[in-house]
Amino acid sequence: MCLAIPAQIETMNEHDRATVVLDGSRTNVVLTLVPEAKIGDWVLVHAGYAITVLDEADALATYDLLRQMDAAATSEAG
Amino acid sequence: MTTGCTDICEKIHASALRLARDMGGVQIMEVCGTHTMAIARGGLRTILQPADIRLVSGPGCPVCVTDQSYIDRAVGLARNRPDIIVATYGDMVRVPGRQGSLSEARAVGARVEVVYSIQQALDLARQHADHEVVFLGVGFETTAPGTALAVRDARQEGLRNFSVLTAHKWVLPAMNALLAGGDVKIDAFLCPGHVSVILGYGAYDQIVRDYGRPCVVAGFDPQQVLLGVLEILDELSAGEPRAMTVYPSVSREGNARAREVLDEVFEIVDAPWRALGVIPASGMALRDEWAEFDAERRFDLPAEESYEMPGCRCGDVICGRLHPSECPLFARRCTVRDPVGPCMVSSEGACAAAFKYEMPARKR
Ligand code: SF4
Repeated sequence: MCLAIPAQIETMNEHDRATVVLDGSRTNVVLTLVPEAKIGDWVLVHAGYAITVLDEADALATYDLLRQMDAAATSEAG
Repeated sequence: MTTGCTDICEKIHASALRLARDMGGVQIMEVCGTHTMAIARGGLRTILQPADIRLVSGPGCPVCVTDQSYIDRAVGLARNRPDIIVATYGDMVRVPGRQGSLSEARAVGARVEVVYSIQQALDLARQHADHEVVFLGVGFETTAPGTALAVRDARQEGLRNFSVLTAHKWVLPAMNALLAGGDVKIDAFLCPGHVSVILGYGAYDQIVRDYGRPCVVAGFDPQQVLLGVLEILDELSAGEPRAMTVYPSVSREGNARAREVLDEVFEIVDAPWRALGVIPASGMALRDEWAEFDAERRFDLPAEESYEMPGCRCGDVICGRLHPSECPLFARRCTVRDPVGPCMVSSEGACAAAFKYEMPARKR
């Protein structure tokens, strides 16, 4: 429940909202907790809210790990 | 899967094993549902056990620590008020209470909607002006800022049919309560990654100062947990406990903005925890200024009692006193498909983790 996942900001919209890209799909997040975030930044997203801005290298490393975990979970389920 | 072990990971094992042997047995408590899962999935207990390093779960799974009185209130609301839509994160719906679970309430006509963000609960309130939408605010510091912001959104927008039944909690008071209780051996804490994004690892200085226990923040995968364990062993063998992080996303200061938002909307109150009882200054309640969004005040909810589901040892499990497999109901009467207590219901509960990953497949 406390898991948060990295995503990259694509566009910034009104009222602290942004569209982020995660694994090719787009979703909306709220940026109020990360006032410093800019387009192109990676953020850690938890339940629809960005909770911190990430260093790009860290974000990509985390992202790879999540994919491996997903792949493992899928193969276990199957 | 095993840990997906790389060379680095092998080295970590080797030195962790050596260090622990030098020091005798070490018991490390993790306080994070994602660690619980990573440890079970990576088979880390088996890997570390020969060196006498024991990893135990603490009160880190938000659903598991939620007192039964809260579950009963939530189910009561859903069942007794046809004008109410209960919006909740998915892990809560199958937790059984005296009147059954939320999902059983839904089966007899109650409106219970699973959301992955409180933003969707706001959407429900916008779409159903003729209903009251009550969001179940469960979770630690990672989740609570979203609740606070949603309450602010609701006021700004003039949404009058939205409220929150809050059971949000602070992790540190529970860690302190366990140390003060003294009946569980805790040589160090492996601290939660995403809670610490908000708190900052500096928040654990207090535990280091008052109890001399290392507090190391780690990320959510087995390799991160092992890195954290290695750091803990280094600190213990050097006799220099510290608060620090091996998870790069966590800073010393944390997210000050998020903590401001929490402070604006919530006040710190004494709160009931499963098995731990009422812990002083461990809960978040809506401040008087936000009373109209507080489901508790809005619907005049009856007081409910604290209790455990009969035979369920979840309370001992989340205090690190019992491994799930030691519960007499584990994998017999209580399974992931038909859970008895919240530690088996929650996807990150210690019993669910043990059931899914630490048992031979044929027994599941
Ligand atoms: S195995 Fe089931 S009954 Fe036993 S402690 Fe865990 S959740 Fe409770």
